[in-house]
Amino acid sequence: MSKKVLMKGNEAVAESAIRAGCKLYFGYPITPQSEIPEYMSRKLPQIPGGAYIQAETEVSAINMVYGAASAGARAMTTSSSPGISLMMEGISYIACAEVPCVIVNVMRGGPGLGNISPEQADYFQVVKGGGHGNYRLVVLAPSSVQEMADLTYDAFDIADRYRVPVMLVAEGNLGQMMEPVEFKELKTEFIDKSDWALTGTQNHEPKIITSILLDPETMEKHIHKLYEKYALIEKNEVRFEEYLTDGAEIIIIAYGLISRVARNVVDKLREEGIKAGILRPVSLWPFPNEAIKSKIKQAKFFFVCEMSMGQMVEDVRLAVNGAKPVHFFGRCGGVVPTPIEMYDNVKRYL
Amino acid sequence: MEKIFKKPKGLNDKTMHYCPGCGHGIVHKMIAQSLEELNLLERTIFISPVGCAVFAYWYFNTDHIQAAHGRAPSAATGLKRANPELIIVSYQGDGDLASAGTAEIVHAAARGENISVIFINNAVYGMTGGQMAPTTLVGQKTSTSPFGRDPHFAGHPLKVCEMLATTKAPRYIERTSLDSIANLNRTKKAVKKSFDLQAKGEGFSLVEVLSPCPTNWGMSPPEAMDWIADKMIKEYPLGVFRDERADSEVKNDL
Repeated sequence: MSKKVLMKGNEAVAESAIRAGCKLYFGYPITPQSEIPEYMSRKLPQIPGGAYIQAETEVSAINMVYGAASAGARAMTTSSSPGISLMMEGISYIACAEVPCVIVNVMRGGPGLGNISPEQADYFQVVKGGGHGNYRLVVLAPSSVQEMADLTYDAFDIADRYRVPVMLVAEGNLGQMMEPVEFKELKTEFIDKSDWALTGTQNHEPKIITSILLDPETMEKHIHKLYEKYALIEKNEVRFEEYLTDGAEIIIIAYGLISRVARNVVDKLREEGIKAGILRPVSLWPFPNEAIKSKIKQAKFFFVCEMSMGQMVEDVRLAVNGAKPVHFFGRCGGVVPTPIEMYDNVKRYL
Repeated sequence: MEKIFKKPKGLNDKTMHYCPGCGHGIVHKMIAQSLEELNLLERTIFISPVGCAVFAYWYFNTDHIQAAHGRAPSAATGLKRANPELIIVSYQGDGDLASAGTAEIVHAAARGENISVIFINNAVYGMTGGQMAPTTLVGQKTSTSPFGRDPHFAGHPLKVCEMLATTKAPRYIERTSLDSIANLNRTKKAVKKSFDLQAKGEGFSLVEVLSPCPTNWGMSPPEAMDWIADKMIKEYPLGVFRDERADSEVKNDL
């Protein structure tokens, strides 16, 4: 680890990606993530083999990532909600063609042009699909600048290990805020990609990276292969964090920055002798279903808080499956809930 | 007897799926010949587009990637920037390049990406059944311009070479045709020149090829060749729109 530095979340993503061996970055300016392309445009040209390309659109950026990653390179693009919508076509192709890459979504308010304030309303789009067809996207949700760095670093490994696209989602304010952060060492050893990456045919028969499988039976077989991989990811890559859940009767479920607001609420409730705790999903897909299920017995109710009209709450309800009440509180449009209003909303159900 | 004309090494023995009289097979052969002559086959990544040539990977003995509709120049950019030793052949039709992918091709050209774009212009969407393309001629009947393309409602043909020649970075832009032996020879030379420039690190080049689609034009193959000569070339004049070597101006960074 390096020594601690004070940095914006967006810059931490960029620095950590470089340390993870990402030499190729393709992006397009959009608030509130523009510090990432700015950082990359300063750093990558100084690295041998490195390149920063400002794409003409987010549509193009994700397809540049597709090309670069198909050549075996660690490649990344970043954007914010409206730009991520434009990338959905490319993400679907990349998922089908099994090309590993990392995408970061510093989420802002929507729908439409919305605003540049933080929201979590892209959950459906990134966790449930967004692009067309049968595929899944590994989605990681940091809650601090440190975690933005750590999860970016890990995202490249997960992508390479399973040959899948991995997306990091962070609320706009997490991208903008500054916190102390430590970085991992520059990565020097990588998974061998020679069995599939496009390098020319000097030493092997022609290779193909494609997402067209015209014969329905062949396409079905390929989708089954993808889903076998997804089952493995569900088994190995679930991430979550718990805070004071031992014996907790009120299980607050929140991800990202808002989980830190929830900590204040839990501390206040605990001061009053109310047994509350937090289960924070870190991987939104694969979703920590089993961890949630394991709390059903002890819980009086689950309380889901999101900066949206309620999206992850559907997955919580699926996990709880009617066994206990699942309440929801959310603010949207870029409004961040205060600890007091979250506290008041929990109290409504006591 | 000595064989003096052989199948190029870049093509395998599969029978092509293209319709009788289609231009794709002719240009495929020229690409394979040129790569072999320049000794670039083993370094080549062929990008197949969305359209009839989506299955180009069935025929070429090269590494291959399939790109989304219009996005081949972006995938090409990524590949080339990741590994500048690769030779990138971005093969696109007119629906792909001149409609869905106008942003991608204009900006790949404007950045001067060191790639070769082979642009097949047959004035229709081939694979989807001969619908009107941005390149469809005024008055031309297609399945979505059944009364002929009316410029009052559907505008005029988009001229890609002329448009791209307004940008500074490209090194070489030429429009050729497949309608005569002389033009076939010209096309082969242009394709080879494009690859040669790329191998020398010169920068962006594009060869637009006026190509027959007898099936969707509702013509016999000879009629289709005549139609190129009589109609298409009048709308799309053949010739060189840009031919600059890197040493003639500021050195391209790639």
